[in-house]
Amino acid sequence: MNDESKTPKVKMAGKGVEVFYGAKQAINGIDLEVYERQVTALIGPSGCGKSTYLRCLNRMNDTIDICKVKGLLTLDGEDIYDPNIDVVELRARVGMVFQKPNPFPKSIYENITYGPRIHGLAKSKADLDVIVEKSLRGAGLWEEVKDRLLEPGTGLSGGQQQRLCIARAIAVQPEVILMDEPCSALDPIATAIVEELIGELREQYTIVIVTHSMQQAARVSQRTAMFHLGDLVEVDDTETIFTNPSEKRTQDYITGRFG
Amino acid sequence: MSLSAIILVVVVLGVIGWFVGVSRSKSLVAGNVSQLHSRPTYYGSYIFVWAVLPAIFVAAIWSIVSPIYVDNQVRGHLPAEVLSQEQAQQNLSMNIVQSIARGLNTLSSENRPADDVTIEDLKPILAEQGVAIAGSGETYMITSARQMNSMTRSSETMRAVVVIALSLIGFVLAYMQITAKLRARNKVEGVVTGALIVASSIAILTTVGIVFSMLSETTRFFSSVPMTDFFFGVVWDPRFANASDPNAAGQFGLIPLLAGTLYIAFVAMLVAVPVGLFSAIYMAEYAGPKLRSVAKPLLEVLAGIPTIVYGFFALVTVGPFLRDLSAQISGIVSDGGSSFIQAQSVLTAGFVMGIMLIPFVSSLSDDIITQVPGSMRDGSLGLGATRSETVRKVILPAALPGVVGALLLTASRAIGETMIVVLAAGVAARLTINPFEPMTTVTVKIVSQLTGDLEFNSPQTLVAFALGLTLFFITLALNVYALYIVRKYREQYE
Ligand SMILES: Nc1ncnc2c1ncn2[C@@H]1O[C@H](COP(=O)(O)OP(=O)(O)OP(=O)(O)O)[C@@H](O)[C@H]1O
Ligand SMILES: [Mg+2]
Repeated sequence: MNDESKTPKVKMAGKGVEVFYGAKQAINGIDLEVYERQVTALIGPSGCGKSTYLRCLNRMNDTIDICKVKGLLTLDGEDIYDPNIDVVELRARVGMVFQKPNPFPKSIYENITYGPRIHGLAKSKADLDVIVEKSLRGAGLWEEVKDRLLEPGTGLSGGQQQRLCIARAIAVQPEVILMDEPCSALDPIATAIVEELIGELREQYTIVIVTHSMQQAARVSQRTAMFHLGDLVEVDDTETIFTNPSEKRTQDYITGRFG
Repeated sequence: MSLSAIILVVVVLGVIGWFVGVSRSKSLVAGNVSQLHSRPTYYGSYIFVWAVLPAIFVAAIWSIVSPIYVDNQVRGHLPAEVLSQEQAQQNLSMNIVQSIARGLNTLSSENRPADDVTIEDLKPILAEQGVAIAGSGETYMITSARQMNSMTRSSETMRAVVVIALSLIGFVLAYMQITAKLRARNKVEGVVTGALIVASSIAILTTVGIVFSMLSETTRFFSSVPMTDFFFGVVWDPRFANASDPNAAGQFGLIPLLAGTLYIAFVAMLVAVPVGLFSAIYMAEYAGPKLRSVAKPLLEVLAGIPTIVYGFFALVTVGPFLRDLSAQISGIVSDGGSSFIQAQSVLTAGFVMGIMLIPFVSSLSDDIITQVPGSMRDGSLGLGATRSETVRKVILPAALPGVVGALLLTASRAIGETMIVVLAAGVAARLTINPFEPMTTVTVKIVSQLTGDLEFNSPQTLVAFALGLTLFFITLALNVYALYIVRKYREQYE
């Protein structure tokens, strides 16, 4: 980290980020940087504010009435909470995959084309077909569903649905993908597939992932941020965090002594 | 012994049985309750159930059957010339017998009339008690009334004996069955299930009963008016027999009424659906919690306003307003123009009915829209869709079957509405496609055919049942279809 030349470009950054739900403070001033084309894992015990922080990054917190965000959050150096920013465009650039697979009750094809259509990314049906195939291939789902694109997305298995949601997210060609416990509803095999997928996605996208699985964080991420009670305990290279953390709380958490 | 006294005794027996059962079960295991199959209260309930349910059941059956039996017996003993009369005439006589019997019962024993009292002497006595006897009363009826009273009395005595005995038998039998191994809990559970089944069957049987009661009158109607004349007739003119020409048959064409019903309902839906749906979308997707908590109940107040009040509104406000408005509009085109919208019109009724229906549409659709899982919203917003895109492309398609179901339910309300139509569209049965003219509906005609002092034997009144049954089947079909759609929709997110 100290070696400046090896440090990749900062994609998203938070400075003194505070989040309130009504009067209750959920995040108490956090500075956290996310580097381009890296997977950053957010870990920490339940209720510590991982999802809350993640949802700040594409302003999904705006949909919760009582939620107020303070501090500075930037994407490529631009303040994303600036009143002049277009939230819709921000969310197109910072996509999100949720904990529970949530395909729309539409066909697989329409699930993928939903985003490109509303953003006008395709001019013709042929363009859409290309996007669908590319996204499904990107999510490693193409071979499984190429013959049933017109069947409902809700008819897929849980793991396939989650990959459909990832495909749906990358169809919009975002720069950052946020994933909130994307594997918590999946079995080990589906989890392995999604993890492998995350490894491949890293080549093109910046990824922030919330996970409760230490192994998963260790396997997929390059950097890991440890949260506790709304504070950022520490953030470092994943290897450092798991082998030689500087904070005792991190040590205790990853060895399973609390949380 | 009156029925309520019997029931009281039975219930008291049951309560005693409950305590007996509890203490019996405890003493069986010497207070060591864990050795019992069920908790002691279940043994109590077991005795209660056996002491109460069979007894009440028999009491109910007895109370229903006994008057019918007594009536038949008394009827059988009427003088031969009465028995040879027509059924309707006989029923009339029996009614008088019944009121004499009731009157005699109200007299205290000292001023009970002598056995050979005549009807002329009895009438003033009963009149003093507030029981009026019709002019056609005759002396033989007093005998019949006495017979009726004595049979009823002995039936009631027997009922008391049988029911209380049954309760005691149930009590004792249940008591004897109590052992530590008795699965009282499961048996009581069975009774609970049974009770629930009975409750729901009552609801269903009532519906069936309503249909059958209408069905019998309807068949009587169709015996005097051919079905094709009713269903395909385009003229509604049910002249009453006592009008100037007593032989006038009257025409009972359903079409003008049905057309009016559907037309007005259609106009109403035209108003209610967009407004209701949009306000539902606003309430569910846009309004903040504060606004929602105020606006939603306010909107639903509309649903609580009695429809007759909407009728006033149509009559004194909307109707005249539309009429004057149309006069002004035609005044622009040609001076001295006449109003082309009449004060009572399909438009007025439909418009006001539409306002009445707004809260139904909006609150049903609101419920359905909020039922669409939040993850759908998040998914769409997370892809960068705007709110209205999310509503249009994700929420509404997902909620559509449910919304359609809600709309069908609302439509069946529109079809059944009466008061607004009477005041806003009039009572003239006409066949027209001009929404600015009066028309009327099936329900309005049912009311007008049945108001006044009537006997249910002329087609003029019986037609009401045919109309009612037709309406019932139309709304039933709508409701069934709506439920079918709503159910299909429910399966989507399982
Ligand atoms: N919509 C909300 N309204 C009110 N409080 C909320 C809301 N969402 C989260 N919180 C609170 O904010 C704090 C952080 O929640 P958050 O969901 O970010 O935790 P988390 O780290 O994601 O936990 P988990 O690992 O269980 O998902 C918690 O104390 C939680 O109770
Ligand atoms: Mg979370």
